[in-house]
Amino acid sequence: MTQLTHLTMADALKGLAEKQFTAVELTEAHVRAVEKARPLNAFITETPDKALEMAKASDARRAKGEAGPMDGLPIAVKDLFCTKDVLTTAASHILDGFQPGYESTVTSNLWRDGAVMLGKVNLDEFAMGSANITSYYGDVINPWSPGEPGNWPRKLVPGGSSGGSAAAVAARVALGATGTDTGGSIRQPAAFTGIVGIKPTYGRCSRWGVVAFASSLDQAGPMTRTVRDSAIMLRSMCGFDPKDSTSVDMPVPDFEKAITGDIRGLRVGIPKEYRVDGMPAEIEEMWRKGIEWLKAAGATPVDISLPHTKYALAAYYIVAPAECSSNLARYDGVRYGLRVEGNSLNEMYENTRGAGFGKEVRRRILIGTYVLSAGYYDAYYLQAQKVRTRIKWDFDQAFEQCDVILTPTAPSGAFAIGEKMDDPIQMYLNDVFTVPVNLAGLPGMSIPAGLGADGLPLGLQLIGKPFDEETLFRVGGVIEDAAQFTATPPFVA
Amino acid sequence: MSLDKATVAKIAHLARIKVPEEELGHLAGELNNILSFVEQLNEVDTGNVPPMTSVAAQKLRRRQDQVTDGGYPQDIVRNAPEAAEGYFAVPKVVE
Repeated sequence: MTQLTHLTMADALKGLAEKQFTAVELTEAHVRAVEKARPLNAFITETPDKALEMAKASDARRAKGEAGPMDGLPIAVKDLFCTKDVLTTAASHILDGFQPGYESTVTSNLWRDGAVMLGKVNLDEFAMGSANITSYYGDVINPWSPGEPGNWPRKLVPGGSSGGSAAAVAARVALGATGTDTGGSIRQPAAFTGIVGIKPTYGRCSRWGVVAFASSLDQAGPMTRTVRDSAIMLRSMCGFDPKDSTSVDMPVPDFEKAITGDIRGLRVGIPKEYRVDGMPAEIEEMWRKGIEWLKAAGATPVDISLPHTKYALAAYYIVAPAECSSNLARYDGVRYGLRVEGNSLNEMYENTRGAGFGKEVRRRILIGTYVLSAGYYDAYYLQAQKVRTRIKWDFDQAFEQCDVILTPTAPSGAFAIGEKMDDPIQMYLNDVFTVPVNLAGLPGMSIPAGLGADGLPLGLQLIGKPFDEETLFRVGGVIEDAAQFTATPPFVA
Repeated sequence: MSLDKATVAKIAHLARIKVPEEELGHLAGELNNILSFVEQLNEVDTGNVPPMTSVAAQKLRRRQDQVTDGGYPQDIVRNAPEAAEGYFAVPKVVE
């Protein structure tokens, strides 16, 4: 029998349905993988007992003929989703010991459909970062790091902020994982670890019970090893939720049905502004290959222009910190998490927040506080929101000429821990191709396209029209077939 | 525009984050780098461009103004660092 941890979700569902193995057996194999993968530091909290209990219940449901669309599939949950009675940290010291009394809508949907929780995975603190190096619980290691596993001469980052999710899926520890994406936090780590990740249209997945970073940009999405698995998992995750005022009341398509392989006549936009200075030749080459693959499958490449692309990062680094400074005001040592005493209420707040937030989070709260403060609001925040409108208009116009947009996911492959760390701006540049998608609220998907010269995975990004995830799945399936990405990382659990 | 140490201390106070005196200088440098990076937004012509308030063209839903949840104070305060009789407890505010 094939190794259970190497199965795709689709094959695991087939194996369960054909009684080749039970959900308990599948889960036990993954629980062992979680233990074996500890050197990656992908998990903040392992929940093996809960996993086995859920697996048993899954087997019982299947025996009664009541199996759900994800029944028995072991997954990891980014530790930004509130899980009832299970420690939820957002990878921050300030949420020490927080055990929510409720379950996020997205995870509730997954459990409703039968998924099994292996544990809560690491991330950048409050999802703020592009390398998973700002977590209070330590750096996550990319399983693609070269050399002897556990004794790595050069530790690579898995990308961020959903770095634990990406590492766990790539290292065959979980069949899939939830991620969240505010500026690229699903797509960039997916690209860095050779897996698939999709950020759906803003409003598809409920944000209720997801620790908020920047509410107008945050979206949850799946991270899996195949396009089909992302379709299976996204279908379970999304859906209308009255508890999130921005949740969209629309039917959830059967995304799997969109993977037909037929993209004949489809117009694929190639934005000239994504050819940035200093982009490595291998990224350019991968992009060119992607265009050829789609052409060979009958699609037509169309040159398009997104003229305000170069301003997206600057707009993002006003809007996201502004919203974060407001959202993170709730961590005050009163209702949950850490409290550091002081002589007055104000002093208690300042001590708690001074000790509880890491440096990147602090930096963003301060920038956000400044750009929202009296006298600066118009110059910074309002201007950024106007630029955001122009970025959205760019996409609206582009989609009059094309059906989907193809770009690289990130301007480089994975880098080593310690690189790009002196200057925050340098780190922010990682998100140059992904941030515009969040600013415009569009769906975006990263698909592994091949390996670069140093043997590290590179991803291609597809950007779709609002609520047209189906086209992303259809085109993503074609890229996946053409790329034949079968490489596995040096570290496999 | 350049932030000095005193301004950073003021922002930190507004954000209720204690920042040690010796970190203010370095932090001012980092914040100034970010502010000069975002300065480029002024190049964009935004005359007659409305600020984005929502990415999706949808109206905020309304609901009946009714209590639909609640009645479990012990559950609400269960994560509080300090709680008393179903209330959050904080340092004394009024003398």
